[in-house]
Amino acid sequence: MIKIIRDFVKRMLHQIFQKKKHLKLGLYGPPNAGKSSLANKISEDWLGETMSTVSNVPHETRTVNMKEKINVKYGNKELTFNLVDTPGIATRIDYEDFLKHNISPGAAKKRAREATKGVIEAIKWLDDMDCVIVVLDSTKNPYSQVNITIIGNLAARKIPVLIVANKIDLKKSSIKKIESAFPQYDVVGISALKGSNMEEFYESIFRMLS
Amino acid sequence: MLTLQFVPYADIESLDSQARINKLLKIVKNKHIVLMQGRLKPEEEAGLIQKTMEQIDKEFRGIEVCTVYPEENKLESLKKIRNEMFKLLLGNRDGITIIGPASVVKEIRRDPNKIQLLTLEKSKGVKKISKKK
Repeated sequence: MIKIIRDFVKRMLHQIFQKKKHLKLGLYGPPNAGKSSLANKISEDWLGETMSTVSNVPHETRTVNMKEKINVKYGNKELTFNLVDTPGIATRIDYEDFLKHNISPGAAKKRAREATKGVIEAIKWLDDMDCVIVVLDSTKNPYSQVNITIIGNLAARKIPVLIVANKIDLKKSSIKKIESAFPQYDVVGISALKGSNMEEFYESIFRMLS
Repeated sequence: MLTLQFVPYADIESLDSQARINKLLKIVKNKHIVLMQGRLKPEEEAGLIQKTMEQIDKEFRGIEVCTVYPEENKLESLKKIRNEMFKLLLGNRDGITIIGPASVVKEIRRDPNKIQLLTLEKSKGVKKISKKK
């Protein structure tokens, strides 16, 4: 009888433990900050496959993509999470902006329609996240209302946040500007495209969740 | 001609979040720039973006938003507590929120000390209006 109870408790604890480990880790940020490049890098590092398409044209990711059970190991620690790549959040979407990227008017209008839906979807998913990586382009001014709104909403929901200053391989990059804009958060500089400083990035994820 | 419409906090105080968003968007869709006393809650800011996205069409291409408010981290503890009490009692009247239609406002640049409003003028291109905090 004692053995049955002990096994039952053990099974339950195991299930709870497993469930707790499968966190939803969201990638949020403005368009073209490199969320999908980072999603691909994480997925490649730990699953050996990419998960999103990337492009120089803004709003390439227009639906939420999720890769399940990504198991990350760092030192003696191990963490399994579902990685959620979200469309870039913007306050304006003008199909004419896409025409500059040699996209036909019809395709540009379609892209704009899909992009508006993507923004709505990304905001809806905020409530489902257990922790979030805010990906910012470190060559751009961080004091944008989109950045402030995303981070403000995460703080209001008490969701742990790590800020990634992406594109550190570019000359104009400034991690310091991002650090001074959001001094209460941990900021890690990386280049998702080149795979630079990923060790510190993974260490920061464990630190955020500890 | 550029029209700036001031919205005092008293005008939105009694409204629920959805009504506040609708009121602000209605002004912006009339191609006016909103200067609102105070700021929206973070959830309302996200709601404003969602509602904007739902309404984007041939005429309306979205909004530019900027909120300027005193940095509370720099305030003394007693002032912080006093501010929080005022906010609880009277709502968040600190700072100012600027919302403009994307067809009129190209960009609102904010850095810690100033705001720059870059407006679009069909015949003259981009015009810059600066305001120091």
